[in-house]
Amino acid sequence: MTATIDTTHDLSQPELQAAFYDLNEHDHPEGGSTMLGFWIYLMSDCLIFAMLFAAYGVLGGSLAAGPGPKDLFELPLVALNTAMLLFSSITYGFAMLAMEKGNKGGTQLWLLVTAVFGGAFLSIEMYEFYHLIHEGATPMRSGFLTAFFSLVGTHGLHVTFGMIWLFTLVVQIAQKGLIPANKRRLMCLSLFWHFLDVIWIGVFTFVYLMGML
Amino acid sequence: MAHADTHTEEHAHPHPGADKHDAMEHGGHGSMREYVVGFILSVVLTAIPFWLVMSGAIPDGRTTALVIMAFAIVQIVVHMIYFLHMNTKSENGWTVMALIFTIVIVVIALSGSLWVMYHLNTNMMPMSHDMSQMP
Repeated sequence: MTATIDTTHDLSQPELQAAFYDLNEHDHPEGGSTMLGFWIYLMSDCLIFAMLFAAYGVLGGSLAAGPGPKDLFELPLVALNTAMLLFSSITYGFAMLAMEKGNKGGTQLWLLVTAVFGGAFLSIEMYEFYHLIHEGATPMRSGFLTAFFSLVGTHGLHVTFGMIWLFTLVVQIAQKGLIPANKRRLMCLSLFWHFLDVIWIGVFTFVYLMGML
Repeated sequence: MAHADTHTEEHAHPHPGADKHDAMEHGGHGSMREYVVGFILSVVLTAIPFWLVMSGAIPDGRTTALVIMAFAIVQIVVHMIYFLHMNTKSENGWTVMALIFTIVIVVIALSGSLWVMYHLNTNMMPMSHDMSQMP
């Protein structure tokens, strides 16, 4: 076995070595693998949310004689929240379209509109959390509330960091314009922002709507 | 200002590979039509489940749950296609491979957790009634 390999593929020869070990590096354009890498990050983030959903699925019924979903959730507020996130999704889409046209001012404008909707979403969520905690429905009250605050809070935290990223990009575009690096960053944030909307579909369906049934 | 931007943009790719790659990325960027269609579909697919639950149109809770779950799955697919611009060709199919892998893991983790913990709960039921009787 070893003998055949040694005679047919003599790895001492430099050109064979190059073929075997891939010594001739390909050209890696800067940022060429960023989009795939960011997608894989999002998939791993998806697993975090899957675990939080699993925890909610397991603990969702453990009320410890405390308030349940029907006592706490207000669907009109959740519907409003969902609308805010959906609007922010399409306005981010408009920002991407403006970016493709090379329209710097338009991109910044639509990013700021997206930030307004994102901010509205976070404000409504903070209002909801404040009310829940005010009523005594704190994360410490029951297993259900622990799982609820972990899941919805983690999503809210993601939106918060998305907002910080968004404002950073508005400033970067103002300073450097729509250079390829900024376009790449905008594309990454686009994936992130729409991904958060996908997670929210799961949240409003499994937590809020199914909690009210 | 806008003129200057487009100018730098044309000469900003130092590598020949970057141009090709960028062209590939731009192919999956979507158009105004795509975003609007996705948005309208999302609004409809969000409004119907909310209406179903808030009005109680289907008296049976279990059926309602299954219906709104179906709506959620359809809406997630709509978002993937119209907003995230998923297709089988981007990055030589690696994004789709990563997605399929993630879905497999998510399904195993979710169904496994719920299944195991449900049975654990059922089997623990007699004990949870009066823990004070335990040795």
